[in-house]
Amino acid sequence: MSSAETLTSQQYIQHHLTNLTLGFHPEHGLGFAHDSAEAAEMGFWAINVDTMFFSILLGSVFIWLFRKVAESATAGVPGGAQNFVEWIVDFVEENVRGSFSGKNPMVAPLALTIFVWVFLMNLMDLLPVDLIPHLFGQLMAVFGADPHHVYLKVVPTTDPNATFGMALMVFFMVLYYSVKMKGVGGFLGELTLQPFGKWGMPANLILEGISLLSKPVSLALRLFGNMYAGEMIFILIALLYGGGVVLDGTAGVLQFVWAVFHILIITLQAFIFMVLTIVYLDMAHQEHH
Amino acid sequence: MNINLTLFAQMITFAVFVGFCMKYVWPPIVNALAERKAKIAEGLAAGERGHQEKALGEQRALEVMKEAKATAAEIVGQAQKRATDIVEEAKVDARTEGDRIVAAAQAEIEREANRAREELREKVATLAIAAAEKILKKEIDIDIHRSIVDDFAKQL
Repeated sequence: MSSAETLTSQQYIQHHLTNLTLGFHPEHGLGFAHDSAEAAEMGFWAINVDTMFFSILLGSVFIWLFRKVAESATAGVPGGAQNFVEWIVDFVEENVRGSFSGKNPMVAPLALTIFVWVFLMNLMDLLPVDLIPHLFGQLMAVFGADPHHVYLKVVPTTDPNATFGMALMVFFMVLYYSVKMKGVGGFLGELTLQPFGKWGMPANLILEGISLLSKPVSLALRLFGNMYAGEMIFILIALLYGGGVVLDGTAGVLQFVWAVFHILIITLQAFIFMVLTIVYLDMAHQEHH
Repeated sequence: MNINLTLFAQMITFAVFVGFCMKYVWPPIVNALAERKAKIAEGLAAGERGHQEKALGEQRALEVMKEAKATAAEIVGQAQKRATDIVEEAKVDARTEGDRIVAAAQAEIEREANRAREELREKVATLAIAAAEKILKKEIDIDIHRSIVDDFAKQL
């Protein structure tokens, strides 16, 4: 726990849960929010710079690595990087083949991007919670900013904007392919004519509408919730540091154990997001379900 | 933790990454994988074919060897037969030649005997005439009695 003297536990936790928000404040004008209340006052037209930075950085790492391999991909004996990339591609392709029955060249690359990108963003959770925010605070202090009001969240998937951004894109794709494959009538029929037949139309609409809308919401909140909770536990463990040898030792052990367990969670969440995307798109492509 | 513009920015970012992945990343890798799969299948098929061809070649070699052996045996048989024939022929030739030589020798002997007999006859005639001449002296005219003596000599 950094700067234990000047921060209460609550402030420490709050600090870690606030994004670096750039926006136009009604009183202070354009700038970074100094606390979460200010960020809230900025309203919709503000942007979480840390989320954008880390998600784009990690997405670029993914694109760079895979593009490098794709450029030099040979059918001969693969090298180390190609082997690794092919292993992932094969894994994703197998999942798509298993769950997606239609023909759409977009689904597999979409699934690959989701899997690797989400995994990399989740992976940021394994970095010590204070490492990058603290360094960033010190760096900003050089430019005259108060490090206590410099916020940084390094795990983009703990920002609902990121998870809802992906989930909404998946949702729009589901809508687009539903209409494209079944026509407007077919899609509306699916929403209103089952499961109770045409006389139960309102009930059908409520049931199917909820089922449709729950897809992006559950997709986004599942990832967000898991990552947010995992991050929270890391922060709580980090609070134990600085409380003497016994607490430090306990915190060290706990952090290690939770990190090991978290490796499973971050992979699993990336995998679930990918599989559900494939399944939703498969349902959108199917005539009857 | 507010929903703000980041949401749209993330949606665009996501779309860009997916688009890039779909256009520049996925196809080359999957193509390479498919190509390798085809190559491996081809290699396996070629191996299988080679195996079959090897078995066929072995069988053919066996057949050729068997044929060669049969031919060799036949040739040896023929040679043996020919050798026997030649020996047999030589035997016949030798016998014929021997017979011929014997016959020629006998003919020679006959001729020699005849010649000796002829000579003897001549000599007997001369001797007889000389003896007769000595015995008879003047009473004998050589020209008249010559034919008588010749006739006699011929009867010898």
